[in-house]
Amino acid sequence: MTAEQHRATVPLDPSIAPPGTRNFRDAGGIPADRWHADQTGETLVPTHCCFCGVQCGMYLRVDRGGKVFGVEPRNHDINRMRLCPKGINAYQQVNHPDRLTAPLMRRSRDEPFREASWEEALDFTVSEIRRIQSACGNDAFGLLGGASLFSEKTYLVGKFARVALRTRHVDYNGRLCMVSAAGANKLAFGIDRAGNPFSDILLTDCLLIAGSNVGECFPVMTQYVWGARDRGASLIVVDPRETAVARTADIHVALKPGTDSAFFNAVLNVVVEEGLTDEAYLAEHTTGWAEVRAKAAEYPPSRAAEICGVPAEQIVQVARTFAGAGKAMAWHARGIEHHSQGVENCLTVINLCVATGNIGRPGAGYGTITGQGNGQGGREHGQKSDLLPGGRSIMNEEHRRQICEIWGIEESDLPPAGTSMMEMVWQMQRGEIRGLIGICNNPFVSLPNYRVVKEGYDAVEFHAQFDFFLSETAANAHVVFPVTTWAEDEGVMANAEARVVKHNKAQEPPPGVRTDTWVMCQLAQRLGAGDKFAFAGSREVFEELRIASAGTVNDYYGITYERLEETGGIAWPCPSTDHPGTPRLFEDGRTYHADGRIHLQVVDWHPPMDPYSDEYPMSLTTGRTVAHFLSGNQTRRLGALVEQTPRPWVEVHPSLGFRSGDPVRVVTRRGSEVFPALVTEAIRPDTVFVPYHWPVPTSANALTVDALDPRSKIPEYKVCACRIEAGEEVDIVPSPPVAPGHTAYPETQVSRTDPLPPTSPQGRGTAERS
Amino acid sequence: MMGRTIFIDPGRCIGCQACVSACRECDSHRGKSMIHLDYPDEGHTVASLPTVCMHCEDPVAPCAEVCPADAILVTADGVVQQADTTRCIGCANCVNACPFGVPKIDLQAKLQMKCNLCYDRTAYGLAPMCATVCPTGALFYGTVEELKAERPGVQVADSFTFGDVVVKTGVAMVVPADKVQWPVPGGLPIVQINGADVT
Ligand code: SF4
Ligand code: SF4
Repeated sequence: MTAEQHRATVPLDPSIAPPGTRNFRDAGGIPADRWHADQTGETLVPTHCCFCGVQCGMYLRVDRGGKVFGVEPRNHDINRMRLCPKGINAYQQVNHPDRLTAPLMRRSRDEPFREASWEEALDFTVSEIRRIQSACGNDAFGLLGGASLFSEKTYLVGKFARVALRTRHVDYNGRLCMVSAAGANKLAFGIDRAGNPFSDILLTDCLLIAGSNVGECFPVMTQYVWGARDRGASLIVVDPRETAVARTADIHVALKPGTDSAFFNAVLNVVVEEGLTDEAYLAEHTTGWAEVRAKAAEYPPSRAAEICGVPAEQIVQVARTFAGAGKAMAWHARGIEHHSQGVENCLTVINLCVATGNIGRPGAGYGTITGQGNGQGGREHGQKSDLLPGGRSIMNEEHRRQICEIWGIEESDLPPAGTSMMEMVWQMQRGEIRGLIGICNNPFVSLPNYRVVKEGYDAVEFHAQFDFFLSETAANAHVVFPVTTWAEDEGVMANAEARVVKHNKAQEPPPGVRTDTWVMCQLAQRLGAGDKFAFAGSREVFEELRIASAGTVNDYYGITYERLEETGGIAWPCPSTDHPGTPRLFEDGRTYHADGRIHLQVVDWHPPMDPYSDEYPMSLTTGRTVAHFLSGNQTRRLGALVEQTPRPWVEVHPSLGFRSGDPVRVVTRRGSEVFPALVTEAIRPDTVFVPYHWPVPTSANALTVDALDPRSKIPEYKVCACRIEAGEEVDIVPSPPVAPGHTAYPETQVSRTDPLPPTSPQGRGTAERS
Repeated sequence: MMGRTIFIDPGRCIGCQACVSACRECDSHRGKSMIHLDYPDEGHTVASLPTVCMHCEDPVAPCAEVCPADAILVTADGVVQQADTTRCIGCANCVNACPFGVPKIDLQAKLQMKCNLCYDRTAYGLAPMCATVCPTGALFYGTVEELKAERPGVQVADSFTFGDVVVKTGVAMVVPADKVQWPVPGGLPIVQINGADVT
């Protein structure tokens, strides 16, 4: 029996569920009278996980009273029932006792928060915007959005900044996520997305994963990796750590952090030397090959081996395996993107794929793995400082004119490009930005160099934050607007494959809570731009977004809510309502540049920005753990996830002489913190690793450097110079802030201060063993 | 041979504990997980290994055999159930008898709890919650033929040795194809009893 037949005989959810709600168990063939849940009148709402860029399909279980109370796997073709622990526990945040249910307000940071009415909070916010803008100009007020918002809301963030606030200063936390990959893809292919769908991984003969801990960051993608292995594909993993996927790879290249482009240039060098390039493809479809080839000649394996700290033979082996495969794919993530040469690192991977002719075929191509649920869609429609809806450039006269026409504003009223998220913080520090609204982000945990971030935010005269829990950043604000979770509104997100999926509303928001859309429209109205923001909800915003994207590379025009509900997702570009979408790019050999060619780019390796010295001889690298999401504002409140990974740790090699659990002080030029040691051979002796989901004094990002990639402006999270020394005792993990009048979720109070280190290299050491 | 059952493939496990979370969410033990994860080679690799109840067939369910209250029922299709709440006296005999370290005692409730192969789901054709969500297929639910159709060349074992005793189980393990060793050595060799060397 084949896998297909197997699935067919198991009476699971047979297909993507129809719009609205329906009784899952009836659909799954379970007699209603035999299942206690049915006695509660349970319904299941088909939707997707709110967290990472896989966007797993799931059902939210809703009780007779209309409240979300559980989760049930859903046979969506992205995840085929699979879920990771974050997805399974996500529903617990919907009715969590820490939820904010009334606006919080204070006139100065010295005062405690008090609950305020919506009228009062909105009016105060608008009067502060007016005060700051009339004194210091429109650009003195900034807006920072988030890539966990639905695309409708990210569209609205960009429009709200430019039309209602009339400021150039808008950016988003996707700036910390995959903008390097986006920049590289745009330069090479003229389009900013992965080239192939996940399902192509199953067809490949060689899978190269660079800088991605797939098992922990995108667990559900692992099924595609193992599926490829079942069919005999070879696996190459490039990562300083021996992650769960690297452990099983044919070749694990444990290179020194920050040396990726030297490595990939050297691989290309071998490919050229051994005559493994696809010259016919290069001649017909690319520009710049001669220069790239000449540059690769400067990186013989012996040179790269020295830079990267890996054997030269391994580089040769990677080149032969990748170029010798009939169909090869490369997927990469933050490990190579979070660098001061993040864009260039991605370009060297693209050069390798293109030089070997691995583009635009089933099982051959490239992909970027997005961290945030809407990391892909979150920047496509104008939330990024230099982009207008449809991925249009704000610097392009024609693009500006088109958008002004759609928005009904004068072109002279449309501000120019602003600066990036980290740069905005520097501007706050210097007093250039004096007021700020943050929506769905938590820079106090997620930005590098915490001291600078705190100074920047403290210097701001007025700060409002939209969130559904009181994040570390919101706790610093003057006004906090309580907004909906993903389960209380509808909207779309684009996953790592650029597949647009629809999230459905599972319950009404708690009393006092409003949607981000409603709050932005209310503020716009009070700012005198109400006519441009007359949206009743996501559906109306999406209709405008479709029109605003029509005819661009990021064309959403053919995507409708109804089609998404019928199909389970459509990959853009999708120019008309009878267009099937574009899961795989470049099948006709043409890119989105005017000449239809791939523009190969020359890359020279340069060392990381934070230099090593006698005082700071080692590399600190950072990343995620499977139980937590980004700044942890959501997952650090969910009992099961806190229990699974209660605290951060520092991974150190046994040769450094520590024992597991020893307090180890990690010192960088920005400061120092103490973590319990997790001694493991799964990391390079010259490198230590700390996961980044926690606030100070256990914050990896208090230690990381705020150096940026000059093109993508992504911070260099993945490498900085450090030293380690014996600490006195480990720093205690602080609890997430809780609003006045709320009680902290009791379960999460138990283990958070547990000073014990994790017992496994993955740091998932508290599995139930009782 | 084996009917529809769970196959455990430690080579695929990424240690994510989705199975642990899912088990907590399933309706038969809501709030408690009956799976645990072991890290067999801590400090050297990130290898991890999920343990569910192996539903021993021969000798049938040592936990049930030693239960003085006859609280552990084995169904006709070989599923070893959790202790019957009306009979269990919380004596923990089952915990000591299980060669795989599976049953747990809720001391307050004086009740044994263990994986019952999601009987509430499997009885109606659904896969157990852990195997449904496992992102990697390290836990697979189906027949051996279905497994082989998905994973050509896969080798499975359903017998484990503990010293001289061989235990045949309802749940099977995937073993490395190039190192087929069957039955699989279960647990560690006994080297000491009450401080006395017995090797
Ligand atoms: S966090 Fe990602 S992998 Fe996990 S369930 Fe959600 S979408 Fe799937
Ligand atoms: S869900 Fe699967 S991969 Fe994750 S820990 Fe459990 S068995 Fe391993």
